[in-house]
Amino acid sequence: MGALMVIFSLQPKQRSKTRDSVEDELELSAVRHRPEGLEQLEAQTRFSRKELQILYRGFKNECPSGVVNEETFKDIYSQFFPQGDASTYAHFLFNAFDTDHNGSVSFEDFVMGLSILLRGTIQEKLNWAFNLYDINKDGYITKEEMLDIMKAIYDMMGKCTYPVLKEETPRQHVEVFFQKMDKNKDGVVTIDEFIDCCQNDENIMRSMHLFENVL
Amino acid sequence: MAAGVAAWLPFARAAAIGWMPVANLPMPVAPTEKNKRQDELIILNVSGRRFETWRNTLDRYPDTLLGSSEKEFFYNEETKEYFFDRDPDVFRSILNFYRTGKLHYPRYECISSYEEELAFFGIIPEIIGDCCYEEYKDRKRENAERLMDDQEDNKDAKLPNMTFRETMWRAFENPHTSTMALVFYYVTGFFIAVSVITNVVETVPCGSSPNQKEVPCGERYTVAFFCMDTACVMIFTVEYLMRLFAAPSRYRFMRSVMSIIDVVAILPYYIGLVMTDNEDVSGAFVTLRVFRVFRIFKFSRHSQGLRILGYTLKSCASELGFLLFSLTMAIIIFATVMFYAEKGSSSSKFTSIPASFWYTIVTMTTLGYGDMVPKTIAGKIFGSICSLSGVLVIALPVPVIVSNFSRIYHQNQRADKRRAQKVQKARLARIRITKTEGSNAFLHSKRNGLFNEALEFTQLPYKMNLSDQNSTEEEQRLSKSTSLLESQHHHLLHCLEKTTNHEFVDEQYYQQSYLEAGLQNYPSRSPSLSSQDGVTGTCCSRRSKKHHTPLPNASAPAHMQPLTHTHTHQQGLQELSTIHIQPLSTSRSSLNMRVDDPASLNCQSSQITTAIISIPTPPVTTPEGDAHLPAAPTHQNVVKVSAL
Repeated sequence: MGALMVIFSLQPKQRSKTRDSVEDELELSAVRHRPEGLEQLEAQTRFSRKELQILYRGFKNECPSGVVNEETFKDIYSQFFPQGDASTYAHFLFNAFDTDHNGSVSFEDFVMGLSILLRGTIQEKLNWAFNLYDINKDGYITKEEMLDIMKAIYDMMGKCTYPVLKEETPRQHVEVFFQKMDKNKDGVVTIDEFIDCCQNDENIMRSMHLFENVL
Repeated sequence: MAAGVAAWLPFARAAAIGWMPVANLPMPVAPTEKNKRQDELIILNVSGRRFETWRNTLDRYPDTLLGSSEKEFFYNEETKEYFFDRDPDVFRSILNFYRTGKLHYPRYECISSYEEELAFFGIIPEIIGDCCYEEYKDRKRENAERLMDDQEDNKDAKLPNMTFRETMWRAFENPHTSTMALVFYYVTGFFIAVSVITNVVETVPCGSSPNQKEVPCGERYTVAFFCMDTACVMIFTVEYLMRLFAAPSRYRFMRSVMSIIDVVAILPYYIGLVMTDNEDVSGAFVTLRVFRVFRIFKFSRHSQGLRILGYTLKSCASELGFLLFSLTMAIIIFATVMFYAEKGSSSSKFTSIPASFWYTIVTMTTLGYGDMVPKTIAGKIFGSICSLSGVLVIALPVPVIVSNFSRIYHQNQRADKRRAQKVQKARLARIRITKTEGSNAFLHSKRNGLFNEALEFTQLPYKMNLSDQNSTEEEQRLSKSTSLLESQHHHLLHCLEKTTNHEFVDEQYYQQSYLEAGLQNYPSRSPSLSSQDGVTGTCCSRRSKKHHTPLPNASAPAHMQPLTHTHTHQQGLQELSTIHIQPLSTSRSSLNMRVDDPASLNCQSSQITTAIISIPTPPVTTPEGDAHLPAAPTHQNVVKVSAL
């Protein structure tokens, strides 16, 4: 969190272009965003220098201008799921990565997000997941929000699944989720309920450690 | 998977953490890199020119030479580089393909050398980017045509086993194949010329005897001309009959333009032979002779240019039609105006509107014969407007026709656009196939990977103390041909499957199961099935029915399909990882429809799964991530062979 605050304060210096959302579309292609120096990023994230180098090379290869906008993000993410439609989930992911909500993900956003996901504590990871599910960022996950997320995940499966995907499958899955998570049965899941419940669930705990060796 | 975004795979996998809290199943084990190498620069020495790139860059396309282990064959131990004895210029494009994901075709490069290099490095030419693809295809087509021409020249010399008829046909179509054909070609050409000249000279007035008026030569030397005519028609008839005999498809030959011209050229003579006596029709007969001029069209067999001209005129038909139409409109308008303008004048030649047509045409085409001239002032004014507009009306469509002509002419020199369309479709189809191969790779590796994962899991505790020898064995067994990138991608897809509790299947299988779901609409008689299982149950039961292994403790009653199915969420977490075997005493007759369905994937899966089933009870060794034993609800030993 502290790192994020640092990012907030640093970004006005780097991002020299306007914050107008109308002009963003036109100017994003012209903007060449240069990330902060390697040392600063090393200090803010939990990646080593070499890892940052590798990450940046891949990032820059796909996005020569230095920022990803939502369309590119969706394209890239969709390529990993050829059978389904990953654009809705990519949209939610984009919002989760775009922490300052300016419509584009810069390398700093990208690397901060990855640092949490790959090298963060369980608390941070769960926080991040909660942030992902909480679409309107009001601190509560409602059933509708969860249903949207669930449908997005099921969309990624595509049509050709076994067994055949049915209309009510996401809804049922949401029911199960809420049964598990919503302790006081008030219809919403708060961050504490979420973290508590996940920490008590062995499967979830184990799977949180799954991707630690990704880089 | 598009390897251009291989760099984003870590991100996609990290983002999968977003699914974890939602998933009810435990996740599969992630593939680990056995010997984790730092990304290193590798040197590619291509005929002395050194290229350097990251190893990861080359790994993006694992099904090419550079991306797979095939390049190890070219590794030079002493210089620690990969040496390829190939063209370094072309290699530049190939390496750029790895770097940028786009394959470009340089225009200065010879098409066959480029294709050879692509074939050597295992890259299909269809993925050439759109920017260069047209050029590539054009060059390839020209090359193919050149090869075909060469082949045809060679081919003509051979082919001994053609029938006499085929030989004759070939001789007619290609005069340069044999001397006889050439002789025939020139003889017919000569006689066509003689015939045309005869027709022309026939009408020239020859010298006359002083007492008679001048007569055309035709009437003076009737016999000579008649003999000449007979000879020519004889030759033409023989030629036509020979062509008719030799034609591979007589009906098509008779419908072709050239044969119609032939017939029209010789018919008047025969009709004349038949009808010389009858006076009444001799007048009609005379006009028939005009058709003899069509003999000149027989020259088009001798001239390629004439044929092209005819074809281009045919394809410019719409423009010509437009010209004609606009001219007609203008003629009618001006003729009407002139008629009414000149109506008042006496001794006017503009007696009617059709009579004015002649004046209008002559004026608009700026011929101006002068046989009809307007006399009134209004007539003169309109006449001048007519001639001015005539210039415009004719001048406008003509350049359009000319440009069309040149365009079509150039088009004719290259291949048809229609063939290019088919090629485009074929190209897209081929790219789509390789892409689906990518996505099917996941499905295939799932099936093949079942054992691998089982082995991986069971050996996990022992992995700490693996000696080198063991690890290489494992590598051989476990890595096979899938690169780390692919296995990580597959792991990601596997996690998604676990999250949603559904599996990826291919289109064919999906269709079958969907159809089956539609067929099986009647509810199960089994009390243990919930309504939603009624559909899914049949799918699973059908699949497991293929395995044909009767269980020792199949104690199910005959009519029951006791699928305590994993797809119901009320069962909770434990069962989801168990294997369930379907007791085979089920009797839903419609299930038997598809028993012998030779779906390849099921065959493969049955290979693997029978091995699992043969493990004696209890079926503990689940290949899935953990070994939860089936909980109480499985009162039968239901072992569901999970998808793989």
